[in-house]
Amino acid sequence: MKAGAGAGDDPAIEPLGETALLLRFGTSIDTALNARVHEASQMLRSAHLPGILDIVPAYATLALRYEPSQWTDGHETSPWRNIAAAVRAIFRTPPAGTTSEPAIVDVPVCYGGEFGPDLDALASHAGLDAAEIIARHSAADYQVAMIGFAPGFPYLLGLDPALHMPRRANPRTRVPAGSVAVGGAQTGIYPSALPGGWQLIGRTPAVLFDAQRMPPCLLAPGDRVRFVAIDAAEFAERSRA
Amino acid sequence: MKVRVAKAGLLTTLQDRGRDGCAMLGVGRAGAMDDVALRLANALVGNEAGAAVLEITLIGPRLRFDTAATIALTGAELGAHADGAEIGMWRPVDVAGGAVLDVGTARRGARAYLAVRGGFDVASVLGSFSTDVNAGLGPLDGRALRDGDELLVRGELGARPPSPQPLSRGERGFRNWSLDPRPWLDADAGHPIRLIRGAHFDALDARSRAAIFSEEFHITSDSNRVGFRFDGPRLALAAPLELVSEPVTYGTLQLPPGGQPIALMAEHPTIGGYPRIGQVAAIDLQRLAQRRPGDAVRFEEIDLDAAQTRYLERERELARLIATIGERLTA
Repeated sequence: MKAGAGAGDDPAIEPLGETALLLRFGTSIDTALNARVHEASQMLRSAHLPGILDIVPAYATLALRYEPSQWTDGHETSPWRNIAAAVRAIFRTPPAGTTSEPAIVDVPVCYGGEFGPDLDALASHAGLDAAEIIARHSAADYQVAMIGFAPGFPYLLGLDPALHMPRRANPRTRVPAGSVAVGGAQTGIYPSALPGGWQLIGRTPAVLFDAQRMPPCLLAPGDRVRFVAIDAAEFAERSRA
Repeated sequence: MKVRVAKAGLLTTLQDRGRDGCAMLGVGRAGAMDDVALRLANALVGNEAGAAVLEITLIGPRLRFDTAATIALTGAELGAHADGAEIGMWRPVDVAGGAVLDVGTARRGARAYLAVRGGFDVASVLGSFSTDVNAGLGPLDGRALRDGDELLVRGELGARPPSPQPLSRGERGFRNWSLDPRPWLDADAGHPIRLIRGAHFDALDARSRAAIFSEEFHITSDSNRVGFRFDGPRLALAAPLELVSEPVTYGTLQLPPGGQPIALMAEHPTIGGYPRIGQVAAIDLQRLAQRRPGDAVRFEEIDLDAAQTRYLERERELARLIATIGERLTA
């Protein structure tokens, strides 16, 4: 991202009830659209608007939760119009400084075997052998589109189209923590033991989420991710660390 | 000061006003389902609005206080007893050291709040005392209370307030006043819940658009702190929508493919992929939170400006009341 790059066209602003606004950059899952969401999220954070309770980035939209009592004064007649006007003003003024470059995070993965019980199913679905699946999955550069579903669960864009595979018809009641998985056109990582329907292809020893750690999430929305294949011995070693 | 949990009750959790600022981590707000009752419980014992309280669901806990304490119960109407004597709600009440508080069972409403002067002394996780049971996040490792738990009470405010008389037999709080709960507790299933049209309301078919504001729904038995599902007329879209997941908030009314709408409640996920057909007005969230599985719900349309105006009025009224309570406590 270059210095002073604005977010392009103004986002459409839609109320999400009386205590939140939805900023819409588009309606599809798209890496460039999603990058605008993260850029907007940074601009809003650095604008320090009063009464903001939370910023919720998603694929092509972002929500701003706010306390209406803090937005009763302004040129408009109601809190949601006042805050919408303040948000529009932010997007009309290009950001003063440079927006920070996204971090690049390497995530080690031990593919297949007991850690990736669906790797062979993905291989036959894709018409490739397991080694080729691993090579392609670990060759791509992914973008963290958003974190949701559970604390620390990253939805990653950039999966090789040959590796797209529908979710399982019968979701598992318990997917182990660290499982690296494919769900449709996306790949993701289960940060903790959770029910889930994605195809499990490997496991990372990395801790994706720890509420006691600062920052709690290994990955932030907008970060770039690369998977690095490791063997079972290295997995065991890193799990002990 | 320590509070020993002799019986935990059905679902008793530590809560505050919610965990803000963590949505980008995939961590939702959680917090009290009835935020108004939580704030009033804290005000009645002289706490800040965001002190940790217990949220009690339908069947309350039995608690033993090792030293004297000042407590307040708000929200759902319960038959609470201290050492066998019924105690009033919506007021500060002194309990003696060694007293056993039987919170009892909800007679009206679904969720009650127990505040202790000083607040429960529990770990703040990501800036909040709220328990997110699904995520396993919050005090007590994110779980509900269990029999045998011990909770500490914060000391700095734990000293007794001025001029207390210990409670003995009969209902004898040390103060002879209580709040009128009527403006703050409405569990009457006959009263409509106000609903703002959602972004995808117009995508409903004509029959569903009419049905949502004219027909009766019932809260299903699988409803919980994450969401209330409504049984009733099956709602349908006029044509399928291709949606990508977008942010949701407390009160968002979603329509999954089965046609039974779901209102997202306090422990909702941060993102949802179903059509958003409505938004429960913020002034009615605590009223919906007091309904039980099986209760009827009718929705009445309100527009965004009217809903926001009522919200501001409600907040002003609540702020005045909390200030008045503060004056009474220090008088």
